[in-house]
Amino acid sequence: MRLLCLCITVLFFSPLQAETNNIEPPLPEGLTDTKTEKPSAFGKSSRRKLSTTGFLEGRGGTRFQTDDHEDQTSISELRLQVENQWQTDPATFQLTTDFIYDDLENDRDIDLDRGEGWIDLREANVLIHPTSFIDLKVGRQILTWGTGDLVFINDLFPKDFVSFFVGRDSEYLKTPSDAARISLFSHAVNLDIAYTPRFDADRFISGKRLSYFNTELGRITGQDAIIEPKFPQDDETAVRVYRNLKNFEVAAYFYDGYWKSPVGQTTSGKAFFPALTVWGISLRGPVKGGILSTELGYYDSRDDPDGDNPLVPNSEWRYLVGYEREVLPELTVGFQYYAERINDYDAFRKSQPVNNQQDDRTRHVVTVRLTKLTFNQNLVLSAFNFWSPNQEDGYLRLNASYKFTDNWYAEIGSNNFYGDNESNFFGQFKDNSNIFVSIRRSF
Amino acid sequence: MIKPGITAVALLLLNYTTYASEKSVQDIVNSASATAYYQGQDGKAQVKMTITDALGRERKREFTILRTDIEDQDNREQKYYVLFNRPSDVHRMVLMVWKNINTDDDRWLYLPALDLVKRIAANNGRNSFVGSHFYYEDVSGRNPNADAHALIEETDQYYIVESKPKKPQSVEFSRYITWIEKTKYIPIKTEFYDHNNEKYRSYAALKVENIEGWPTVVKASMEDHLRGGKTELTYNSIKYDVALPETIFTERYLRNPPHQYLH
Repeated sequence: MRLLCLCITVLFFSPLQAETNNIEPPLPEGLTDTKTEKPSAFGKSSRRKLSTTGFLEGRGGTRFQTDDHEDQTSISELRLQVENQWQTDPATFQLTTDFIYDDLENDRDIDLDRGEGWIDLREANVLIHPTSFIDLKVGRQILTWGTGDLVFINDLFPKDFVSFFVGRDSEYLKTPSDAARISLFSHAVNLDIAYTPRFDADRFISGKRLSYFNTELGRITGQDAIIEPKFPQDDETAVRVYRNLKNFEVAAYFYDGYWKSPVGQTTSGKAFFPALTVWGISLRGPVKGGILSTELGYYDSRDDPDGDNPLVPNSEWRYLVGYEREVLPELTVGFQYYAERINDYDAFRKSQPVNNQQDDRTRHVVTVRLTKLTFNQNLVLSAFNFWSPNQEDGYLRLNASYKFTDNWYAEIGSNNFYGDNESNFFGQFKDNSNIFVSIRRSF
Repeated sequence: MIKPGITAVALLLLNYTTYASEKSVQDIVNSASATAYYQGQDGKAQVKMTITDALGRERKREFTILRTDIEDQDNREQKYYVLFNRPSDVHRMVLMVWKNINTDDDRWLYLPALDLVKRIAANNGRNSFVGSHFYYEDVSGRNPNADAHALIEETDQYYIVESKPKKPQSVEFSRYITWIEKTKYIPIKTEFYDHNNEKYRSYAALKVENIEGWPTVVKASMEDHLRGGKTELTYNSIKYDVALPETIFTERYLRNPPHQYLH
């Protein structure tokens, strides 16, 4: 009744807004009587906090074509992720565990390093602040740095290309490291050191789930030639020094360890991870309404110092220039140019068999990303294309995801590899092109 | 001889009044902007958002927001830190905004599952904030000098101000009208008109509380009149002048949220 009276009062006594044709708004609650001051509610809650979140997800996918070396089904799994975080004053504990029923996997024994079996431990770490300018995170953790969009030069933390190519959620592109990350902060520069006592490899393409070009056999192989490499037992170290120059971020990087996939071969034909040192720099910042990223890295392949060992990758320069901006409301376009350039090319050529088809000194790659958000950002459409103009192969990722509610989420996507040369980087995966769907319930 | 004298005085007065209101409308808008976005040197709040679409379906967001004014200057640069709590798929995600006055804002998004610090291209603030009907600019404030303001009416309670963009091609509205409460300079209602002069979205302050001496909007809504749907925002646990160090607004705290300032 009071509201009605108020409305009537407002209707009758407000001056008519000829220009706006609108009614003067009533004062909101609280402005009619501001005598009572409300005390702040802060300072009462305890800083100890335990939170649990997660999701249950089903995901299935199939190859578009038959692959003589792999199953027709590219993915078929149920996944439960449980994420626990416990905050206390001195420390924050994080535990994220995935429980998986993988229909394509017969062996359910757990191998936490390789992500095999019915448990994948994603995070198990503790974060402390020994002094005001140091953060220390110890344990299993995901680590990322660098400026590329799905292109990594100075980020030599482990990745899972199998998950990426068969259509798992993009968070699974990164795999955890068992490491200590110490971060030191100052006004001049900040320093990150990630020390991994035992080398953590990529979850690389071994032939088990995806067919690939086997250089030793000179043909496409898959489950008939699964790579079982020799893993280094030694440590690896990654360092980053970074700071902001106004709104640009500059960084320098160093890595000492091994190639992340078993790209080397012993004379007896066993795959291994050759020694690798990487030096690099990056710069990222706003330019003309978009974000410009540049990154450079020198890959020093230490097991092939003169570049004349055909069984170990040559040293390389890798560089990247990228630009991303919103071109229309909620439509973002990104371009990147990325190149890998062999350092000792003459030595490399001489070391190769005469009939080797890989004769490019530089592998050029251009990427384009389109992302469109719509329906209150609940529908996300995205396309990401990698294309190498000189090797004439590429990889197109298409994805549509929709949030039906805050808790229900569905996704459909496809991974398309193309290129006629089966020994080229993307061309070799052509028979793995696939389509997948998933549905997820978050809690 | 009296009449012309009066006319002259009246004209002088009229001129003066016109001059005064032209002079002061920018001050009114500046004060309103300062009240809405710059109270205290810094502040923090827990925010709950209910987004209702045209079909009545609800989605909720919960996040904590930290804000600091650079050198404690009103209507100047600010830094924002937003830690998401709910829904669970955005849990631990952080958005950081450095609000600039003469250039585009700088924005970063931290995705915890990938440990990825992503920079977001922010070529204007007229984009939906986390899928709601509020735009980034509605949450962090629009530069009061970006528009030309005119005081179109003054009532007992309100200054009614019409604002037109100085760069019309850079925004989706042709003008907006704001009812600014006169004693405390709180914007109570804003109506946005598109290029066809059709009212397509409107803001309303629904509840105000006096917190530590600062009149604060603790509940507000934004409605979409074209497509339907609205978002309601509620601020809880608001606190001003919490002495937030500016270093909070750096990459360090994207990865490792400063819990002592967030709870």
